[in-house]
Amino acid sequence: MLGHLVGVLFDGVAYGSLLFVISIGLSVTMGLMNFVNLAHGAFAMLGGYACAVLMTRAGVPFLATLPLAFAAAAAAGIVLERTLYQRLYRATHLEQVMFSIGLVFMAVAGATWAFGPSQAAVRLPGFLRGQVHVAGLDFGAYRVFLIGVVVVVTIALHLMLVRTRFGAQVRASVDNAVAAAGLGIDVNRVFAVTFALGSGLAGLGGALGIDVLGLDPTFPLKYMVYFLLVVAIGGAGTIKGGLVAAMVLGIADVAGKYYLPQAGAFIIYVLMVALMILFPAGLYGRRT
Amino acid sequence: MTSAPAPDAPRLPGARWSAPEIAFWLLAVAAFFAFPAYRVLGSQILITGLFAVTLDLILGYAGIVSLGHAAFFGAGAYAAGLLTVHGWGEPVSGLVAAGAAGAIVGYATSFLVVRGADLARLMVTLGIGLLLYEAANKAAFVTGGVDGLSGVSMWKLFGVFPFDLAGNTAYLYSLAVLFVLFALARRIVNSPFGLSLRGIRENGRRMPAIGSPVARRLIAIYTISAAMAGVAGGLLAQTTQFVGLDVLSFPRSADLMIVLVLGGTGRLYGGLVGAAVFMIAHHLLSDLNPVYWQFWLGLLLVVVVMFARGGILGGVDALRRRSRGASR
Repeated sequence: MLGHLVGVLFDGVAYGSLLFVISIGLSVTMGLMNFVNLAHGAFAMLGGYACAVLMTRAGVPFLATLPLAFAAAAAAGIVLERTLYQRLYRATHLEQVMFSIGLVFMAVAGATWAFGPSQAAVRLPGFLRGQVHVAGLDFGAYRVFLIGVVVVVTIALHLMLVRTRFGAQVRASVDNAVAAAGLGIDVNRVFAVTFALGSGLAGLGGALGIDVLGLDPTFPLKYMVYFLLVVAIGGAGTIKGGLVAAMVLGIADVAGKYYLPQAGAFIIYVLMVALMILFPAGLYGRRT
Repeated sequence: MTSAPAPDAPRLPGARWSAPEIAFWLLAVAAFFAFPAYRVLGSQILITGLFAVTLDLILGYAGIVSLGHAAFFGAGAYAAGLLTVHGWGEPVSGLVAAGAAGAIVGYATSFLVVRGADLARLMVTLGIGLLLYEAANKAAFVTGGVDGLSGVSMWKLFGVFPFDLAGNTAYLYSLAVLFVLFALARRIVNSPFGLSLRGIRENGRRMPAIGSPVARRLIAIYTISAAMAGVAGGLLAQTTQFVGLDVLSFPRSADLMIVLVLGGTGRLYGGLVGAAVFMIAHHLLSDLNPVYWQFWLGLLLVVVVMFARGGILGGVDALRRRSRGASR
């Protein structure tokens, strides 16, 4: 019984880690630019397909595809940001929602056209398959790997935000973009680089998640709610909030599917509505 | 939402119907005679148009961005459908029940929606929509689940007109209901109440300062909108004599937003024009692969947002202003 509980917790944390990697970019861009971007999952899907195609058609090893997935999604992010997104920073939320739903539809149709409607599969390298035995309990090796990656990413992000000059510029722009621009910070450049970074992380998450979340052309729609939830519950613009929200969601979803399979997606939606009512500005959001 | 002053300018609640408005409704009647083979499609357009008008009430006028409006449409559809399945097939009272179902769901959820900013509203409406969808899916013993609710059989309208396969009754019935509810919506948005909604949309923080109870106003319009959306759902259930799970689905809410944005928000007629253009385009392109339809739909959305804010009717207004400026 206790073993089960630990196993469910562990799987939940691994699942939450994935949600965190994918959503953290959305959280930062939403906090930075106040842009409701429903198309964030499309960048994750792009990273996932980059990984799958490189592995199956070019024979690139799995670990080497991860940086490439990051790069592909980041490149797509910066191109779209410069050409389309940046024109809509001042638009209403409705227009941003419509615009990004349009992008999602195009991404879904484009992916179906390019890769077909079925699930993409990758074969993980041997050392990531199987189980790891710790203290009499079995843990999936891949999930241990996932959690490790997320710990590294989180520490790197935190150090970047707290220790580097660019991180200081990002924080200043989140707090007050107008004042930051007045102090000589090139806010547009900060926006663009942050957007690319966020998209890249989503791409990395998409590639990491093929084995856990699956990958098919409806990916951006299927998981849109989850990514938005991480941001909405965590509060836009905070890493800590996003991390906590992703873990809560991941554990609740896995536990719900394990202990109450007949309730299905119910648990996550009830949790979502309840949390949004209790914390309209998110767990760590600033109340305005 | 910086729309031109001309279409948005306040009018008196009892303001006369202008010539283009009368022409628009005559056109809807004329379409019945001009395209006898397309009356079923026509009734679907009218129902979608009504649904879009209800979204316009909360989105275009009160500024509530909702991604879950199908919840009320579905509640109405199931209410009307279940009523006939359990032996009461009278259409007009069925619509009243559908409206009541929509209103109940709308009023119950309005308290969650009026608090919070855009993002929280987006999430809550989305969540409620998904929740109802899951509920209808799981409660298959009531709703029929994924198979849909079968056995919906309507009595004759007023005991005289049967619902036929050619859609004759469906079209005129839908048109009549649409007109009545549209006139009601038109009266609401031009009333002082409607003006206060626009004030809330433009600046929700200043409205309390002039004595406007923001939360109460929003709850009122949200409930009205939900009730009318319920009627639209009931209409669909009655005219198609079937209720599928898709009445509650997320794509229905998303498509509705597209319809409204395409036609133009905050002007009531935008929803009707958008519904006609969207559904006719869908009908004409239906032999295309659905994947390509989705691609073009996405492209259309991006283009409308980037270059044609205000949708079709916004574009018409801009043209009108330009030609008027040129003639001066």
